[in-house]
Amino acid sequence: MAEKEGKIKLLGCWASPFSRRVEMALKLKGIPYEYLEEALPNKSPLLLELNPIHKKVPVLVHNDKILPESHLILEYIDQTWSNNPILPQDPYEKAMARFWAKFIDEQILTVGFRSLVKAEKGREVAIEEAREKFAFLEKEVTGKDFFGGKTIGFVDMVAGSIIPFCLARLWEGMIIDVIPEDEFPELNRWIKNLKDIDCVRECIPHREKQIEHMMKVSERYKLA
Amino acid sequence: MAGELVLLDFWPSMFGMRTKMALAEKGVSYEYIETDPWTKTPLLIEMNPIHKKIPVLIHKGKPICESLIQLEYIDEVWSDTYPILPSDPYQKAQARFWADFIDKKLYDPAWKIWGTKGEDQVAAKKELIEHFKTLETELGDKTYYGGEVFGFLDIALMGYYSWFKAMEKFGEFSFETEFPKLTEWTKRCLERESVVKALADSDKIIEYAYALRKKFGAE
Repeated sequence: MAEKEGKIKLLGCWASPFSRRVEMALKLKGIPYEYLEEALPNKSPLLLELNPIHKKVPVLVHNDKILPESHLILEYIDQTWSNNPILPQDPYEKAMARFWAKFIDEQILTVGFRSLVKAEKGREVAIEEAREKFAFLEKEVTGKDFFGGKTIGFVDMVAGSIIPFCLARLWEGMIIDVIPEDEFPELNRWIKNLKDIDCVRECIPHREKQIEHMMKVSERYKLA
Repeated sequence: MAGELVLLDFWPSMFGMRTKMALAEKGVSYEYIETDPWTKTPLLIEMNPIHKKIPVLIHKGKPICESLIQLEYIDEVWSDTYPILPSDPYQKAQARFWADFIDKKLYDPAWKIWGTKGEDQVAAKKELIEHFKTLETELGDKTYYGGEVFGFLDIALMGYYSWFKAMEKFGEFSFETEFPKLTEWTKRCLERESVVKALADSDKIIEYAYALRKKFGAE
């Protein structure tokens, strides 16, 4: 039986979708935790000590256990606290959830942020390429309240932290609409559903602050 | 298609080799379909429309993509025999962390070692050696990455083994000199039939790497 007792600390950043999604999971399961804000882009000695390999947030500390990488943290939380499960029980559904989560954090983040910001082939081309990838997600969520079905799950937390409240803020700052409602009715419906969920709503960063932050991040990325 | 379990794979793929090892560890039989990812067959596109890549594991008609996800799936479905992942959530997370590290950090410089030349190749070699050293430190004095038991992380790294000779050749370094502990670990893994049968011949891989170098203009 996994050890549930003991202190939880989360090292995160208010603007990071990766740390926000961990907070969603902790709140969904009613797990109390101490939150430590990391003033990125400066990296504190604590962050470097806890995550020497990648030097990134989030890092979860549960008693003497240190866990970096948001996907791993979400799975650890789900396996240790079994109430309000995040991942499906069925091995195939679980494999699909992991697949979509990887797709979102790799491909969607690339087309929704990196390629758009650099726009090497021009912004319109970048937007079109992004829409081709988003079309897969549109199809996946069609006819469902959430990616997880009737209730939110792993993919909702991964996609829900990145798309509406992170990438969409960047797009607002750039004055573009990558997933307009007429072309992506299902994704937009899913975003509205998300906003009704307490553990998601409590983890949405302040809108103007996030737009300002994403514009700063994109400037840094362009110059990098 | 006939058969409950099908694997679409390409003989030199380090990712496909992982899946083959896991299936062999579990003693599960399957139909193997050689699939060249450079020519996208209709079956590959149907089963992996998003990435159009191998390996794809097809179980009762349903595709599972991405080798590490396949390993977890195999472990969960055939759970009554030889566990690949630890049952403790924290140990599981650690195994996943390092497998993810391997794919994030090894793949690109490994590719550049045989796929580029000059400065790019030198930089790739430096990076590759640094990451292997990190992996060697993580192994420490353990028999396997999983401790006493061969498992997930061992499979994740041994998937790359057929390519080690190519890395040595193009990178001009000796695995055994640079990483003595890792070398001993590979020997232990090579005692397992599941590993040996899954791996491609290292010399054939070198020939294939040469062909890739020509294709990408590095030769």
